[in-house]
This record gives sequence, structure tokens and C-alpha cells, in this order.
Amino acid sequence: MIKKSIPLTLLILLSISCSSKGEEESVYTPVQTSLETPELFQQKLIAPVIPTNNPLTIEGIALGKKLFFDPILSKDNTQSCASCHDPKNAFTDDTRFSEGIDGKFGTRNSMPLFNLAWNFDERFMWDGKELSIERQAFSPVRNPIEMHSDWKNVAKKLQEHAEYPTLFKQAFGALKIDSTLVTKAIAQFERTLVSGNSKFDQYLLGKVELTLEEQNGFNVFMDETRGDCFHCHGSDNNPLWTDNKFHNNGLDETFTDLGLGVVTGDPNDHGKFRSPSLRNLKFTAPYMHDGRFATLEEVINHYSEGLKLSSTIDPLMKKANQGGVQLSDKDKADLKAFLLSLSDDDFVNNPKFQQ
Amino acid sequence: MKYFLTFFLSALLFSCSSDNDESIKEVSVKLKFSQNWDGTLIEKSDLENTEFTNKTGSKLSISRLRYLISRISLVNGAGDTTKFDSYKLIDVSKPDSLTYTLSEKISEGSYKLLFAFGFNNSDNQSGVYPDLNSADWNVPDMMGGGYHFMQLDGKYKDTLGVENPYNFHAVRAYNKEKDSILDTSFGVETGSILLKNNATIEIKMNVAGWFKSPNDWDLNEKSVDLMMDFEAQKEISENGKSGVFSLGNISQ
Repeated sequence: MIKKSIPLTLLILLSISCSSKGEEESVYTPVQTSLETPELFQQKLIAPVIPTNNPLTIEGIALGKKLFFDPILSKDNTQSCASCHDPKNAFTDDTRFSEGIDGKFGTRNSMPLFNLAWNFDERFMWDGKELSIERQAFSPVRNPIEMHSDWKNVAKKLQEHAEYPTLFKQAFGALKIDSTLVTKAIAQFERTLVSGNSKFDQYLLGKVELTLEEQNGFNVFMDETRGDCFHCHGSDNNPLWTDNKFHNNGLDETFTDLGLGVVTGDPNDHGKFRSPSLRNLKFTAPYMHDGRFATLEEVINHYSEGLKLSSTIDPLMKKANQGGVQLSDKDKADLKAFLLSLSDDDFVNNPKFQQ
Repeated sequence: MKYFLTFFLSALLFSCSSDNDESIKEVSVKLKFSQNWDGTLIEKSDLENTEFTNKTGSKLSISRLRYLISRISLVNGAGDTTKFDSYKLIDVSKPDSLTYTLSEKISEGSYKLLFAFGFNNSDNQSGVYPDLNSADWNVPDMMGGGYHFMQLDGKYKDTLGVENPYNFHAVRAYNKEKDSILDTSFGVETGSILLKNNATIEIKMNVAGWFKSPNDWDLNEKSVDLMMDFEAQKEISENGKSGVFSLGNISQ
């Protein structure tokens, strides 16, 4: 009896020992982290939106960054997210429309990427069609005029890659790579793209002085009887410099692109597009949803005397019947100086955001 | 005899206890904000769709309607006040914003509901409310600072039938030349409300009321750039005090 039970006990002990070692190897807990939130954001804004099903982790962000810069996501391995969202351009590009892998062009200007976690309504893209960053990241991969791939192929390439299976395991504890995990990782990285250190931010924190031109430009921006920009584009108390809402800002009398109207199906939304942030304009030309304006001067002239009437024009374009708010040349120049003070060189040069 | 006495005393004790412990019911109160045009309900679907006519005969549509109330309190028959230290931004385009549950329960009884339209001067401090900053609800300091009380935007037809924008924005009145401010927020007090159970109290805003009594408002004369118009803000406030808000249905 004893002779029989000793080997059995040994076998059980051996089995437990092996099992324990195996579990240690398979379980990896990613390290949770949080956004580096600028001081003004902490003072002035509510908390950023971090979905409970995709918390930020060191490993998830690192994986997302690698994926963001990797052309493996495109069909022919030639384009990455960064091809149209270049860090040096505040994560947009410098062309009116972006070229896809087959040489085809889109019809909208690539949107810059920063402060996305503070888009509280979580409506992304120019027309608001994507309701989370994760969902937004799905579309470029399979869009025939962008990366023109399909998610099965992408998952297969990643699964067969020398490094990615380990990285996904570390980030999500998953052995099987799929589109959900890819977009979660990219979204985590994109949420870390925080821009909050422009000259104007430093001015608000009492660290620098504005020039007289920048100060007058800020007054033009805030003055209801001059620029009246603050109703849609934030203020010294809303450092996002956008309301992230949808407006028809008087670009066209008739619409070739219905914008939000395509998404909602409501004719009252025709020609409405999301207000972009005015941060980092130094790096993000050309401007508007279709990149029609090459310079800030053109943008300012549009609001000053170039507004076009249409049925859905926003009532905040209050001088549309007169063509615009009719700024003086000096006010235009000063407004431009102020707008450029919202640009954040540290953001575009941040080594954490480079390939 | 000893046992009988114990039983008797116990019975007496329970009997007294039963009478005295009849508990006072605590009820929760939810506010429901509705908007109407002289009695016709205004809902999200009316935005940019429905045409209204104001007192001076201008036909207008509404594109955006957001407004702020603050200093909500309930006063019982004895004059005791329960204050709910908060404020509420109502946005007609966001149905979720049209209800607000008061932060604590109150004892059943008869109450008056009090609140302020906008912020009074002590509450109306620039940039101090992160949720309102995030909602782009600020007023520039060069216009007196603080926060909007209301944004009512839309389009009206002028005397020639041409469509024009209006930005009927209520803020604290500010006289730039004199650098003086006038508190144009105002208090609203409902009649008596008997609360017996958890209740939903409707607060109605008659949007047409902003354009009449005591100041009949002609949009052909004043329609935009009202935030820096001291007299316009006084008139908006006067019209608001004159029955724009009223008590609606109480369900419980």
C-alpha cells in the first residue's frame, strides 16, 4: 500500500508544480497608467473620457504606438496611420486630400489628432459618424481609398509576425489577435496625444507675456462685436479651443458634401461639420473639412467677408447677410497672431509621439 | 402576579412604541424641464423645423436652446429650507438633460420650489465650473465674465421676409463704459406642492414669454450682439421674470 502511494504522491506534486509554472508564464497583467493632463485642463475641464473596457496601460499604449506607425495595417504594407497623421503636422498631413495605397484620393482633409479624450460627446471625424476612437480606427484599414486591406488579412499578418503575438499577450493577455484588440491598442495610443503647452497656455499660467498683437487678436476672438469666435471655438476657460459640435459655417450655398447630414439623414444637418480645435494651426494647413483654404489669412477672410448663405447656416454666423463680421486689416493680422500662439511645438516634437 | 405584571408592562410598552414610531416618509424629487410656445410643447424635433410667431409678429425658428438654473431649494410650510447646492444646464437637443434628480430625499409634506434663472453674482465667477467650461458656456471677461444664462439661437424673417439670424443670449448685464455690472439673474418660486411620494415636478418655460411683457421684443430692432448690450439684458431679465417659468404637472 505504502509503496503504491509514494509514487502517486510524487506524481501529484510534480503535476501541481508543472501546472503552477505554466500559469505563471501565461498570465501577464498589463500595468495601468493615466494620461498626463496639462495643468490648465485639470483646472478648467472635466475628466477625459477613458472607456472602462479599454483602460490605458503601459503595454497597450506601446503596442498602439507600434501599430500606428507600422505599414503592416495596409494591404501592400506601404501605409501606416502616420502616413496621413504625421506627428510633425500635429498628426494630420500637409495636403488637401490624402492619397491611399492605390493612388486614390479622399474628399476630406485628414483631421489632426490630439486631445481626443476630451471630446466629451465622443463623435469623431468631420461628420461625427464614429462614436468612439476605437470605432474610428476600424475604418481606414478597410477603406478602399485608404489602406484598402481587410481585417482578416491584417490579423493574420500580425499573428505571424515575430513580435506582435507577444506584445498583444502582454497588452491584453490574448493569444488571438483581432481587429478589436488592434483598434483598442491604437485608441490607447491616440488618447495619449495630449497638446496643452502652447505659448497661450503659458500665458494663462503666468509664465510668459503676449505681444500687443496677440493680445488684441485674443480680444478680437472674444469680442461679440468683432470676431465672436468663442461661441464655437472655446476660450481661455475652455482650453480645448473647440466645442466639438457641428456647424454650417457658411462655406457653400449648395453642398457637395452633406457632412453630418449623411450620418443623421436629417436635411437640417446638411453641410454641418465638427468644429476643429484651433490649437496647432501652425502645423495643420490646409484648413476646413475639405482643405479648401491653404492659409490662415484665407480662413480669416472667409469669416470676415466670405460667408455664403444656405438653409442650414448656423445662426452664430450672425453677419452672414453682410458677408461676415467685417474685420479691419489690423484685427485680421492680430487675430492670426493670436491663433498662432495656440500652437504647441512641444507637442509636435515630443519624442514619445515619434516613430 | 409577577408574570402578569411583566406581561402587562410589555404590552403597554409595545403599544406606546407602535404609536410613536410611525415614521415620516422620505421622498425623492425629480425635476423635469419642459419648454413651450404659449402652451405648444417644444421638443428636440421642433428645432430648426417648427415656425413660431412672437408678440410683434416676427416668424422665427429655434436652432438651439440651452439655459441654466441654479440655487434649487424646497421650503416647507414651517419655512424650513432644504438647499440643493447645485446648478443645471438644460439643453433641448439633449433629452437626457431635461431631468434632474435632487441630491437628497426630503420628508413628505407641502413645499414651495425655488430656483434661480442663471447665476447670481456670487455664483457667477469666471471659469470655476469645469462642466460648464467643457460645455463652452463661458462669457468672456471683456463682457462681464461668468457664464451664459441662456443661449436661444435661431432665424427670423424680417419685414421683407428675408431670413436673418438671432442670438438671444441672456447673461449678466455689463456696462463696458462704466465697467459696471447688474445682476440679471432672477428667482422663480412655485406655488405650494404637496409631496406624498417620490415625485416628478415639471418646470415649464414659455419661450414666447422672452419676447413679450413688459418689453415686446422686435427682432428687427435687436437680434444679435446682445451680450454687450446692457439695456437689452435688463429687458430680457424683465421679460423672464414676468411669467416665463411656471409649475407644470406633478406626478407621484
